[in-house]
Amino acid sequence: MTASTAPDFRTRLQDWLPKLVLAPSFAVTVLFVYGFIAFTVVLSFTGSKMLPNFKWVGWENYAKLWALPAWNTAIVNIAIFATLYIVICTAVGLMLAIFLDQKIRGEGVLRPIYLYPMALSFIVTGTAWKWFLDPGIGLEKVMHLWGWESFSFTWIKDGDMAIYTIVIAAVWQTSGFVMAMFLAGLRGIDNEILKAAQIDGASNWQLYRRIVIPLLRPAFLSAFVILSHLAIKSYDLVVALTGGGPGRATEMPATFMYSYTFTRNQMGIGASSAVIMLMTIAAIMVPYLYAELKEKA
Amino acid sequence: MAAQSHGVTQDTAVSTGRVTRALIYLLLLLFALFYLLPLYVMGINSVKPLAEITGGNMMALPEVWTLEPWRSAWSTAQIGVEPTGLKPYFLNSILMVAPAVAISTIVGALNGYVLTKWRFRGDTWVFGLMLFSCFIPFQIVLIPMAVVLGTLGLAGSVPGLILVHVVYGIGFTTLYFRNYYAAFPTELVRAAQIDGAGFFQIFWRILLPVSGPIAVVSVIWQFTNIWNDFLFGASFGGTSQPMTVALNNLVQSSTGVKEYNVHFAGAILAALPTLFVYIVAGRYFVRGLMAGSVKG
Repeated sequence: MTASTAPDFRTRLQDWLPKLVLAPSFAVTVLFVYGFIAFTVVLSFTGSKMLPNFKWVGWENYAKLWALPAWNTAIVNIAIFATLYIVICTAVGLMLAIFLDQKIRGEGVLRPIYLYPMALSFIVTGTAWKWFLDPGIGLEKVMHLWGWESFSFTWIKDGDMAIYTIVIAAVWQTSGFVMAMFLAGLRGIDNEILKAAQIDGASNWQLYRRIVIPLLRPAFLSAFVILSHLAIKSYDLVVALTGGGPGRATEMPATFMYSYTFTRNQMGIGASSAVIMLMTIAAIMVPYLYAELKEKA
Repeated sequence: MAAQSHGVTQDTAVSTGRVTRALIYLLLLLFALFYLLPLYVMGINSVKPLAEITGGNMMALPEVWTLEPWRSAWSTAQIGVEPTGLKPYFLNSILMVAPAVAISTIVGALNGYVLTKWRFRGDTWVFGLMLFSCFIPFQIVLIPMAVVLGTLGLAGSVPGLILVHVVYGIGFTTLYFRNYYAAFPTELVRAAQIDGAGFFQIFWRILLPVSGPIAVVSVIWQFTNIWNDFLFGASFGGTSQPMTVALNNLVQSSTGVKEYNVHFAGAILAALPTLFVYIVAGRYFVRGLMAGSVKG
């Protein structure tokens, strides 16, 4: 009897084993990602203050949120930041990739120099740029010492301009990575196509505008997805570089969520701001992931 | 001449004139300076006495070279209320990173193996759900995570942080291994199965030996992300804060004289492990990524 059931059990176990191996990860994802999202969505409709409670208040938190000047500052800032960050990183990355692709001597030295900032924490990047841009000891003072007395660069202390210093530091950190993505795309382009176009008399400019750049479409898309996702999540860099200041001038949705939830004890409002951040990212990511998976399946 | 450069470099067939080339080199060098500048400023000012920074030129080489700022950042600087330096936090980070990277990479490899070689109905959906979790803004999970860690008694502990990083890391590691194993011939797996090899035997004997390149990608990715994380560390670190949080506390501290040289030394200390990994293995990382692990 045992002889007949033992192999049976073995084969059935083998059938189930793959799913058993995957199950913990799947369960953890369902609980810690989707369960937690549901929890936060529910909280955003409750009057939670310092601790979660379940007193239903409907859309009140969302109404309050959009009436808050700090949230409006955060929305304006993320719009400015994300647009400039994505556009400049893409432009710089593409330009560096195209130039590096011109049989450059020393490419092996330049590439890691462009890429290394990506290895650093945003806190390190923020610290470096914070002091470098500080008028008291950094760039402005250096220029004065070098004899350019009228040089002024006080963006980091200026409520209207501080947001642009975050763009500078963020571009410094990620543009090399974008360069690597475009370079990979460029190296994948068949040289025969370019040669054929050259024989037809196309100039370099036409070659890039009409042939190369359209062929890089997938790289543009990945760059856009990665950069927009990094932009919306940007928290550490703001904390390290400006601390959200001067005043609240560089407030972003991520810093807003943290301060309302954990230091101002307005958990309901904090949760509603997190839900809006998720919705924004989902609007970008879901179509992209859907298309990717459909193509592969 | 330009048209023949096939083979080794794979550079473009486009050829450029002399003036254009000079301009290209100039621009590439200017950008190299831009990327190196902050590193130079940090490095040079971390070996200067404070007076030379506040009273002198940030770009100048030190007149007096000193390692005192490094010593201070490592072992005596005031972090929060304790004059411990960054040393204990550095150890926290290591204790957190090593298990988190190892667990998430192993789990990712097994998941990728199942999702490509033992496909079942709905596996794409399972993968899609795991994949989306890589891209959520973590703000959406902060509150419930705080509640859960508190309930489990893991709040403010290294094991708590390991749990958090594994949970939100397996999406990426699964993605890497899945895409890598997808290119591996399934016939070999089927043949081994017919020969009587089991699930783990096939993984161990056939897939694992060829997983080197993607394991490097996964380890570097996870190591960099977890070491550099600030949000989870600041939210759930408690008394076991990682290096990034300690560095931020050091730099933002509002009491006393701002010791810029110590801040810079601390920043470099926080950056050293990832820089080291990047310098040693960065080449393999880029190569692995380009081999199609992140397809666009």
